[in-house]
Amino acid sequence: MAAISLKVNGHAHTVDVDPETPLLYVLSDDLQLRGPKFGCGLAQCGACTVIIRGQAVRSCVMPVSAVKQQEVMTLEGLGTPEKPHAIQEAFIDEGAAQCGFCLSGVILTAKALLDENPKASDEQIREALSNVLCRCFTHTRMMRAIKRYQRSRA
Amino acid sequence: MKKEISRRDFVKASGALIVCFSTASLVEPLAMAQGPFDTHPSHVDPEKLDSWLAVASDGTVTAYTGKCDFGQGIYTVQTQLVAEELCVSISKVKLIQCDTSVTPDQGTTSGSQSTPTNFNTRNLAQAAATAREALVGMAAQRLGVSADQLTIENGVVSAKDGRHVSYGGLIGGKHFDIAVSSTAKRRSTSEWKVLGKPVPSLDRVALMSGTFEFVHNVQVLGMVHGRVVRPPEIGATVGNVDEKSVQHVPGLIKVVVRNNFIGVVAEKQWQAAQAAKDLKVTWQPRLGLPAQKDFYDYLRKQPSRDLMLVNSKDVDNKLKSASRVLKATYLHPYQAHGSIGSSCAVADVQADHATVWSATQSVYPTQHGVSALTALPLDSVRVIFVRGAGCYGLNAADTVSYDAALLSQAVRRPVRVQLTRQDEFLSENYGSACVVEQQAALDASGTIDAWDCETWTASFGGRPGYDQPGNVITGMLAGFDPETINPRTAVEPTGELRNGNNAVPSYVVGCVNGKCGGAGSIRSERVLTHAVKSPFFTGPLRSPLRLQNTFAHECFMDEISAYARADPVAYRLQHLRETRIIDVVKAAAKTANWDARPSPKPGTARTGTVTGRGIACVAYEGDNGYAALVAEVEVGQASGRVQASRFVVAHDCGPISNPEGLRNQIEGGVLQGMSRALGEEITWDDRKVTSIDWQSYNTLPLGIQVPIIESVLIDRPEAKATGAGETAITLVAAAIGNAIFDATGARLREVPFTPDRVKATLSSRG
Ligand code: FES
Ligand code: FES
Repeated sequence: MAAISLKVNGHAHTVDVDPETPLLYVLSDDLQLRGPKFGCGLAQCGACTVIIRGQAVRSCVMPVSAVKQQEVMTLEGLGTPEKPHAIQEAFIDEGAAQCGFCLSGVILTAKALLDENPKASDEQIREALSNVLCRCFTHTRMMRAIKRYQRSRA
Repeated sequence: MKKEISRRDFVKASGALIVCFSTASLVEPLAMAQGPFDTHPSHVDPEKLDSWLAVASDGTVTAYTGKCDFGQGIYTVQTQLVAEELCVSISKVKLIQCDTSVTPDQGTTSGSQSTPTNFNTRNLAQAAATAREALVGMAAQRLGVSADQLTIENGVVSAKDGRHVSYGGLIGGKHFDIAVSSTAKRRSTSEWKVLGKPVPSLDRVALMSGTFEFVHNVQVLGMVHGRVVRPPEIGATVGNVDEKSVQHVPGLIKVVVRNNFIGVVAEKQWQAAQAAKDLKVTWQPRLGLPAQKDFYDYLRKQPSRDLMLVNSKDVDNKLKSASRVLKATYLHPYQAHGSIGSSCAVADVQADHATVWSATQSVYPTQHGVSALTALPLDSVRVIFVRGAGCYGLNAADTVSYDAALLSQAVRRPVRVQLTRQDEFLSENYGSACVVEQQAALDASGTIDAWDCETWTASFGGRPGYDQPGNVITGMLAGFDPETINPRTAVEPTGELRNGNNAVPSYVVGCVNGKCGGAGSIRSERVLTHAVKSPFFTGPLRSPLRLQNTFAHECFMDEISAYARADPVAYRLQHLRETRIIDVVKAAAKTANWDARPSPKPGTARTGTVTGRGIACVAYEGDNGYAALVAEVEVGQASGRVQASRFVVAHDCGPISNPEGLRNQIEGGVLQGMSRALGEEITWDDRKVTSIDWQSYNTLPLGIQVPIIESVLIDRPEAKATGAGETAITLVAAAIGNAIFDATGARLREVPFTPDRVKATLSSRG
């Protein structure tokens, strides 16, 4: 065990955990965040996605000790129910969910891509989402929501 | 904040069960239905109105339902239902889902039964209608005018002279103390103000903002973490457990062994994961598995439990004398539910009572199962539904609830268990593998004269129900027997047509005892089913057996129409009699701008990318919804890759409660069906399952070229409400298979249509 300091969604935290603990477990068990979720623990689905330095990162395979001083943002750090972020707004408007368990992967991966490349082509969007899974297959609405967000920023 | 379960806040104003959301503990309106633990079962007597509804003095309505939401939208639409019947706005209604201490026992939320159960003239709908009539009666008395002179608007009942009284003023906080009336009149579809409207899902803001509480997020004071150690092969038994092998793991609380059930509990989840990984267990292997490559032959040779569904007794003669007999065999693999989140539950088992937070579809049956596993009396076990990831049927939500209960009982602390992805893939209750053999006799004009169908389905375990916890892996490991197949030969059908699995094709008359319940015109009919013991657990997976059977029927119909050189739509219509299925076929064909001609498409090249269209239709479970689907595909003949470009679905589920939710279900069903048709298959070697993660089990990711999906919704306000979540998915494999045939002339008879299989079939074309 070791004391590890983290900055998550703008708040500083210190947790006492095994440094090898995946970031996801710290976020959900110790910090009680609900956005990132354990889907596979194998970096294969995206449910645990967070944003670190602008990149979509799979927190299920990242040891918490590797985060260091980098700020972590989770789905709930993006916006709030009262004031959702524009991409969350687009997903709300399109009704782009069924169970919603996959949303951290879908929304944060798309956001990271479009922040870096606002003009990403459909092909590039698909490429970025090529290992993000939604088992409810809400694909049509999710793609519409992503495009809506992209247009809203143009 | 953590849930403080010993101090449950609730208001029992004048005895009415009104759930309030405490500020002291973290209680989410959507996810956490709180109520008094000592609630007497009489509170949930479905005959009593108070079991379904309570009105608070501020006029808010709390409704209790035994049908819960996993993302299929039933939370929103049931809220609409209550608002509609009570003439209040949606925001005034709080729906409490599935909690054995609070909600009526409505069995399992499955089989497209929620809407038929709660939206016709029973249960929740009838209770809400009863409440409205009772409130109007009270208002009539209070205002001294007759009930028919009163109008209701948003919970306020008014007389013509302007005097009015609110629901809160009439009953606020008090019991109705009446029975649910079977004669209370439901509001007619023409009066609907809330139902029938495209209401967006009520949970969407919480979901998109990451604040929604899933069962995975439930935290209870003092909670610790468990993991299970499953046998690598189903049926393997524990030889030796070396507890020393995990002594080094910090935070370890206990290694729990009960019969063949093994789990570990630790302070932290990561520690539990380490212990589960490091624990040395010697397993006694079982005999091994039948080879996958010969599995369908193996199935056909096993002893079986047989059922004859229809038998006109002239089929053999017709087959002998027919001018032409066509035969084909269709194969469907085991498939996984593969929920995006591996299953999770939290249990707090104390010496004299237990609480389980579970994403089960069946809180009451799970209560029975946990009671059996923990040997606690039934009424001291409470199971509270908290949503998990979409389950699509019996995923591992039940079994993990048992895991949590066993581990919590062993350590006397609340335990959270989440399965690993591999645990779940290894031993969930898969959708059944099936073989369907079809034969049809054609007369000289090319009309079908007789249809003969024989199916073999692999089955083992299933839903635990109220008394069979061994039907899922944990129950069996802990020593309870799974349901097995007792072989039996078929007897002649009696009673009436039972077509809940769509084993009887839509094109036959479906006559039992002179009463014909089928949708078609073919009079010579025989359908014989064989249930065979499966080497793996099986259980309902979205459109269980309906999908497999429909794949076989709708592809075979296509084969016959191709042989008869008939247009597949016209040929179907020629053999159908039931208006509702005819209407969906016509509507889908019309919207798809169907190219009426026989398949395959004339003059297509044998190389390069070719395109085709196919259709399939179903009367789901015989009469629980109707749909037709047109698929348009491109087939790369060199790669064997199939790309669907467009789907058109025509859908009839009676009166449409929420077109927005319905479209979402149809679109998701179609794409999930496409993923299952094109890639999904459980695989195994001679000992164990080998498809255990998202690399070894195919699923279509988000980054695919998403086909266009057009839904044509046929509203039937006068009809009974039917299910809608499983109808469209039932058709996808068949429609795609038929479209591939149209494009290439090659007939795929085995799901999934992987590139290799497509290429092999293409190269076997004559
Ligand atoms: S849970 Fe991290 S990628 Fe699946
Ligand atoms: S909405 Fe259920 S997995 Fe994506």
